[in-house]
Amino acid sequence: MSSSMEQLYQQVILDHARFPHGRGLEVVPERIVGVHTGESHQVNPTCGDEVTLQVDVAHTDNGIVVLDVRWEGQGCSISQASVSVLHDLVAGNDLATVDQIGGTFRELMSARGNGLDDEAAEDSLGDATAFTGVAKYPARIKCALLGWSALTDALIKTGARPTEDS
Amino acid sequence: MTSTLEVPARTLDASELAAVRADFPLLARTLRGGRPLVYLDSGATSQKPEVVLDAEQDFYIQRNAAVHRGAHQLAEEATEAFEDARAKVASFVGVSPGSLVWTSNATAGINLVAYAMSNASLGRGGEAAKRLAIGPGDEIVVTEAEHHANLVPWQELAARTGATLRWIGVDDDGRVRVDELDTVVNDRTKVLAFTHASNVTGAITPVAAFVAKARSVGALTVLDACQSVPHLPVDLTALGVDFAAFSGHKMLGPTGVGALYARRELLEAMPPVSTGGSMVEVVTMEKTTYAPPPQRFEAGTQMVSQAIGMGAAASYLGELGMDAVAAHEHHLAGLLLDAVASVPGVRVIGPTDTRDRLATVSFVVDGVHAHDVGQVLDDAGVAVRVGHHCAQPLHRRFGVASTSRASAAVYTTDEEIEVFREALAGVRAFFGLEVS
Repeated sequence: MSSSMEQLYQQVILDHARFPHGRGLEVVPERIVGVHTGESHQVNPTCGDEVTLQVDVAHTDNGIVVLDVRWEGQGCSISQASVSVLHDLVAGNDLATVDQIGGTFRELMSARGNGLDDEAAEDSLGDATAFTGVAKYPARIKCALLGWSALTDALIKTGARPTEDS
Repeated sequence: MTSTLEVPARTLDASELAAVRADFPLLARTLRGGRPLVYLDSGATSQKPEVVLDAEQDFYIQRNAAVHRGAHQLAEEATEAFEDARAKVASFVGVSPGSLVWTSNATAGINLVAYAMSNASLGRGGEAAKRLAIGPGDEIVVTEAEHHANLVPWQELAARTGATLRWIGVDDDGRVRVDELDTVVNDRTKVLAFTHASNVTGAITPVAAFVAKARSVGALTVLDACQSVPHLPVDLTALGVDFAAFSGHKMLGPTGVGALYARRELLEAMPPVSTGGSMVEVVTMEKTTYAPPPQRFEAGTQMVSQAIGMGAAASYLGELGMDAVAAHEHHLAGLLLDAVASVPGVRVIGPTDTRDRLATVSFVVDGVHAHDVGQVLDDAGVAVRVGHHCAQPLHRRFGVASTSRASAAVYTTDEEIEVFREALAGVRAFFGLEVS
């Protein structure tokens, strides 16, 4: 197997794909006063991969906070591992940080495998930096972004903010 | 057509196959890391021989002009080349040139039939077109094996006209359930649309049984011949279907061109679908009379160079001999099936024997998503298709969202299938799964 395969399928990705975090939806999300839940179903029509993602947010003294992310899906190791990593990065963070991480991850996916110049930004991605090599394969970028697209949509559906983020 | 294809003894010998490969410049290129290309995605689109590329280029260098208009010599030569290509493609599938309409692809051909029926249902085309009209109480029958191109247009036709869509199932081997013809097709059936060969399972449909059943109830037959025409000897007249669509790019020709065959009397009865220039007789501000077929269905400037390329592809395959092409690919089908069977944890979606099947083999690697399988095969230079191959219902039938598909063509070699086998054997291990 070539080194480019090992760069693409880093052990972190394979581990997340086999033992994903945050998996399992709530059929009827528990209604707690002040908690808003949004759900989004996204499909990659070229390969049939899907993800359904639920996100809970609440207004706090620190602004809007993402309390939890749950998801269910089926697809390739890249798409499934990406949602698992997303769960770890997003749950418990405030919305501004979540938006920043999401934006940085999208930048990483546009970097053609070269990574980001901004080391601090890259550090904020944690396990998601393992996806650097994915950006070398244009057909796979959509796989890595499937969960993030679902998150963007689900956040809109919480009603916590009126429009799509940048 | 008998239930079992007779495989002729004559196939391509080693020197003929080497000569064929030399006709395809792209097959000689290498990929990342200098790996040779092993192209097993001909079911999606085939590679093109030099004669096809030359035919298109020659048209632009020597004869480019608008066809079916203009009185100058170039226009005459362009028209002649365009119509000569129609004759070549028509002859290749055993029909007359006047019953062959150029379309942009097979999907467009099937949509043309569905929209002509739709227009006939609205009263367009007058009395003659009434045999194509459809409405509430009528039924359209397809199979569960269809490519979306031979399913969605019929769903839409049913939705527009109030007709009901029904379908024939697929058995565990991926073959259409011929036994269901009698329970699903009845006096209300107006259309029986089915694939000649599945682009997923590779299974070849027993056309004769379908045509006989359709005729017995007065239904029109629509054959998706995309996967059969490039790989088998196909005589549409002998098959007795009413309509058939196929594309150029899967049969060694260019993209952007395909053909719709319709029995001439049906073509004459059909109201136009796309209207405008080139398809008319007399136009006044109030109304228009239409040209006879096939021009009635070829509105606007046509894909002339591509049609000429498709004609060259038909001639190329014709000269090789479709018997020999089919025999070679029958042999490849056996090798592909053996290759997949030799790897633990891999199962075929489709027939596991070579009877009545193409060298198109879809499979599932347990524990590894098709996209990941394709990526690892790509790393070995092996190009396969991954996903649902535009046949989601068929995948759902087998309880999978996606498969990987290796599909051969006339230029595929035994050695290429061995490279595929070796790469496939490494997939489960790469993803940390047990290999025995």
